[in-house]
Amino acid sequence: MERDDVYEYSLDTHHDEETGKKVRKKIYMVLLIMSAVTIFEVALGMKLSGDPAYATFLKYTFIALTLLKAGYIVMVFMHLGDERKNLRWTILGPYIVLIGYLIYICLTEAVYAGTIRPTLEMIFGSGSGGHH
Amino acid sequence: MSGHATTQPIDAKTAWGGGTSPFGISYGKMMMWFFLMSDAFTFSGLLTAYGFMRHKFHDVWPVAGDVFVHFPFYEGHIQLLYVAFMTFVLIASSVTMVLAVEAGHRMDKKGVIIWMFLTIIGGAIFVGSQAWEWYHFIHGTEHGAVRTFIKDGAWVTEVFHGANLRVNEYGHPLFADFFFFITGFHGFHVFSGVVINIIIFIGVIKGTFHKRGHYEMVEKSGLYWHFVDLVWVFVFTFFYLL
Repeated sequence: MERDDVYEYSLDTHHDEETGKKVRKKIYMVLLIMSAVTIFEVALGMKLSGDPAYATFLKYTFIALTLLKAGYIVMVFMHLGDERKNLRWTILGPYIVLIGYLIYICLTEAVYAGTIRPTLEMIFGSGSGGHH
Repeated sequence: MSGHATTQPIDAKTAWGGGTSPFGISYGKMMMWFFLMSDAFTFSGLLTAYGFMRHKFHDVWPVAGDVFVHFPFYEGHIQLLYVAFMTFVLIASSVTMVLAVEAGHRMDKKGVIIWMFLTIIGGAIFVGSQAWEWYHFIHGTEHGAVRTFIKDGAWVTEVFHGANLRVNEYGHPLFADFFFFITGFHGFHVFSGVVINIIIFIGVIKGTFHKRGHYEMVEKSGLYWHFVDLVWVFVFTFFYLL
């Protein structure tokens, strides 16, 4: 007996040559943007990475540009921008919440472990015998 | 059931009332997204661990821009140019993959074949380049580094070159450990992506998907390939640039 509950969703995503041209143009635009951003990042890195005065600016610029590139890849290349809103949030929501927190807590702990804790150990000694 | 417009907003009752996919996509695509999410968490864990160690040992951590200065067939030192080339190749292969998916949406079998072939070539170039980087990293520079250790009861000093899981001429050994683990894990994903792409490519040539009426398999394989590119964008930023 033929199943009538299995629906082929991918048959809906076909498009004709004209829409195809527009889609292709968008893809090439995104490639141009991504290449320009990468070249800019590398150039910025090459010029400013030795200079400590620009360190924080460089760091946050790189992170922002990387998130921009990631956004283009996920929304345009992976077509998540074309999917339904509930799927978008199912994928992006948990990721943003969990990874955002993970990055924050790890960097906080790392700065502590790298700077404050050794200073405290220097002043007060290593307490219960230091590392096991 | 006809006339399903997958991206039209529909109310929650219809979506979750049964008889249809609430997200408007097929089971295969949904599962690929779920797998990509889990893999994304894995890589995020690895990169966060890298960030933790890099900040903890910030005073002895090597600057990646000074370590990766080689370019094939060129004797001098250029900071990070080869890595930039690798990034460009991977992004370009991602673009060719999107174009393959777009050709699939028009049932253009020849287009899919051309674009998928270019994607496979791009992926192969990336894996080869990464292997070359590993070779240079392990081989080390003429400069070398000095290490002192006890051998047979006496202190010995020796000059060593390169990096592996035990020693690192460029700086803290953890840098080398993380380099091999993260780029190796990512390179393995690229390699498996190339293999999957080849398998799907053969299917496209044989006409399996054309007969099926849609090239969704190309789209699913494309999702995996874009994920690989996405991870590299983050690895490139956090490992090589910051």
